Amino acid sequence: MRHSIWALLLFWCNTVAFAGGEVHEFQLENGMKVIVKEDHRAPIVVSQVWYKVGSSYEHRGITGVSHVLEHMMFKGTEKHPPGEFSRIIAANGGRENAFTGRDYTAYFQTLSKDRLEVSFEMEADRMRNLILLPEEFAKEVEVVKEERRLRTEDKPTSLTYEQFTATAFRSSPYRNPVIGWMNDLDNMEVEDLQAWYQRWYAPNNATLVVAGDVEPKAVFALAKKHFGAFKPEKINGSKPSKEAEQRGVIRVKVRAPAREPYLMMGYKTPAVSTATEEWEPYALEMLAAVLDGGSSARFARSLVRGQEIAVSAGASYSAFSRLSSMLLLDGSPAKGRSIADLESALLAELEQVKNELVSQQELERIQAQVIAGKVYEQDSVFYQAMQIGILETIGLDWRLDDEYVDRLKAVTAEQVQAVAKKYLVEDHLTVAVLEPLPMEMKQPARRAVGGSRGH
Amino acid sequence: MRIWSLSALFIVALLCSSILFAGPKIQTWETATGAKVLFVAAPELPMVDVRVVFDAGGARDGDKPGLAKLTASLLSQGAGDWNADELAERMEGVGASFSTGSERDMAWATVRSLTESKALNTALETLSAVIAKPRFDAADFKRIREAMQIGLRQSEQNPGTVASKAFYAKVFAGHPYASHPGGTQEALSAMVRDDLIRMHSTYYVGRNAVVAIVGAIGREQAEKIATQVTAGLAKGQPAPLLPEVSVATKGVTEQINFPSSQSHIRLGQPGIKRGDPDYFVLYVGNHILGGGGLVSLLVEEVREKRGLSYSVYSYFSPMRQFGPFIMGAQTKNAQAQEALTVMRKTLQDFIDKGPTQEQLHASKQNITGGFPLRIASNRDIVGYLAMLGFYGLPLDYLETFVDKINAVTAEQIRDAFKRRVQPERFTTVVVGNAETASGG
Repeated sequence: MRHSIWALLLFWCNTVAFAGGEVHEFQLENGMKVIVKEDHRAPIVVSQVWYKVGSSYEHRGITGVSHVLEHMMFKGTEKHPPGEFSRIIAANGGRENAFTGRDYTAYFQTLSKDRLEVSFEMEADRMRNLILLPEEFAKEVEVVKEERRLRTEDKPTSLTYEQFTATAFRSSPYRNPVIGWMNDLDNMEVEDLQAWYQRWYAPNNATLVVAGDVEPKAVFALAKKHFGAFKPEKINGSKPSKEAEQRGVIRVKVRAPAREPYLMMGYKTPAVSTATEEWEPYALEMLAAVLDGGSSARFARSLVRGQEIAVSAGASYSAFSRLSSMLLLDGSPAKGRSIADLESALLAELEQVKNELVSQQELERIQAQVIAGKVYEQDSVFYQAMQIGILETIGLDWRLDDEYVDRLKAVTAEQVQAVAKKYLVEDHLTVAVLEPLPMEMKQPARRAVGGSRGH
Repeated sequence: MRIWSLSALFIVALLCSSILFAGPKIQTWETATGAKVLFVAAPELPMVDVRVVFDAGGARDGDKPGLAKLTASLLSQGAGDWNADELAERMEGVGASFSTGSERDMAWATVRSLTESKALNTALETLSAVIAKPRFDAADFKRIREAMQIGLRQSEQNPGTVASKAFYAKVFAGHPYASHPGGTQEALSAMVRDDLIRMHSTYYVGRNAVVAIVGAIGREQAEKIATQVTAGLAKGQPAPLLPEVSVATKGVTEQINFPSSQSHIRLGQPGIKRGDPDYFVLYVGNHILGGGGLVSLLVEEVREKRGLSYSVYSYFSPMRQFGPFIMGAQTKNAQAQEALTVMRKTLQDFIDKGPTQEQLHASKQNITGGFPLRIASNRDIVGYLAMLGFYGLPLDYLETFVDKINAVTAEQIRDAFKRRVQPERFTTVVVGNAETASGG
């Protein structure tokens, strides 16, 4: 008796003491995938429902519909009137929100581990029973327009990015902004949302990711209880879309009220899901890290310090997207330097990567960062769930996340040079420049208001 | 036998549950150089977070706005035997992540490293040099100063930042909190290397420092780390007390014309200090008014009922002295007055009536039920340690947090809001295009 109690207790404490990290995958009969990552460091749980729909599924005229629908998913069902979802989650000590991207729409709650069922009950309800009220839509689409004004219209660098993307992609749906064009938001109707909800929100188009201090089998049973009864739908996926080959450099100018100029450059590149050579996307990730993987990388060392041409200079690439995207460069010139100086300096850095092999020391530094980064990311349960959700939703396998470090470690200096030569070519380049317009406006005479304002 | 088993059960259960629910066990001591250390053992992941904070934020700028931030930025640009390239190479070569920075109250240097001994030792040795032996070389000084000046110009492109700056300038007029930590073009141009050396030798000292450590190490190694990191610091003196913030007797409204499609609204007044006796009461009250994420009175009135703004909020930002109470939103220019009116009315109703029992209950459920989320990661915990140490808050802050929230009553909230939130004394700033506002 004594021994068995001790054994039980030690076992319990051990599972508390060791971060789990094990991933379990289940599938409901209706096709919905359930992926559970154990992490027993803290008594919390993250629950995320990922739908395979986002702005890259949208067509002309309804851009932004995935994101507006995401907002409307908080507006109630037969069972729960508008706003009640959020009140229930709040009353259970939870944090919640949702996000929409090019390739996904996702809803999440973070809760104390004993409240997981609250999340499932609610997500199941709104997966199938959403009520789209015209009067709620009329208000919420105005909120989304305010969001667009905040994030894009009044931010000159965001405006530049939006124009850059819309110009760089000719046939790929990645040309449209996730939040949608203002014209399309102005003309959106509740029927557009109804059709979109009908088309994409079904168990077999969703992945449920749960990470935290939970027992995988119990999570699966709970998922079955709440989502298991739903019938699968026939999902008429969007037609395959591929960017037509670019045949020459594209240049775009964005003139907007601003103080400082800004430069963006992008080269068309494949992603893991579209690459013909499996290693290339990983070599492109290493290439981006050689240029801008921290303060010891080439851009910081040579352009920000060194030559002092840029006040900031960045390079980014992601191997994980549904469609082919770009390797992006961006930056702002240092004092007394021009956009032209910055562009030639960035191009010179690219030439160097094409002409000379990167050093072993650089590759080792990046490997050290990536290996450490894998440990650090375990500090966030949310981030771990997010990695799994993204991979699954763009049509890859979550196990790629476990292979990531090894894939990067396998990349050679020759491969970095090879992808630089193959993809960083002028004919596949788009350049956007923010040209500041004056911001000065006439200011009103200042007035002081005393006493009560009478409210 | 049975009794023994049960008490064993009790002890072990207590041990585990205290790790899980009551907040992490904090150990504290002082280094030989006078720095206060707060440490939590987190054995699960093979990594360590070390954050060193100094009372050396923008509030210490004196008549040189931007000096504290320039100093903190330059720490990573050369220290001890290493120039900026070498410092970056040392940290990143072992996979450590590292940054320095400053706000109004605090300046900090923070590092996260694997526990593997070569990595950890390299990261800590570098951190130690960065805080104690910065070089402030002329070329680095010039480059970082110019970068800050360009950063200032970039921030002038953002109506939200323009609104916040104007708000602090008005609310804290005459106090060190009034000036922006990023400084001004003129002040930055006038700065010389000696200013930085003086700033560093006065404030980057042991008795003005707090070291927060969280990671997979024991007390003995944590002591070694704290000693190593602070070894190069002079003992020095704690920074003198900042002057009290006074609250304006009259309200002020400022319209700043700006070529944007939205107007950014900020209104409020000096609020509370860290350790303020009204802290928990006002925290819960504000959670109901405008702090509770997607559920609050302001969200309900401004966003849900009227669709006026994507984000609308209120918060108390407790600082060493009174930090601000702020309400904020942004809406298309033509609706700025409407949004402002709704925000003011929502606040006034709340001050007059206080919360209902249901609102209070729901709010407490959210705050206390969500307590485990606040301390779920090492990053969360190291942030709390730095805050507790810096502001001298009791070490049982996290342990007693839930009880203190639960003890708050509706009457206390009504009383505290009446005393501490006075709309007739508010500063109101609206940044946007007034021409399209009146035309629309």
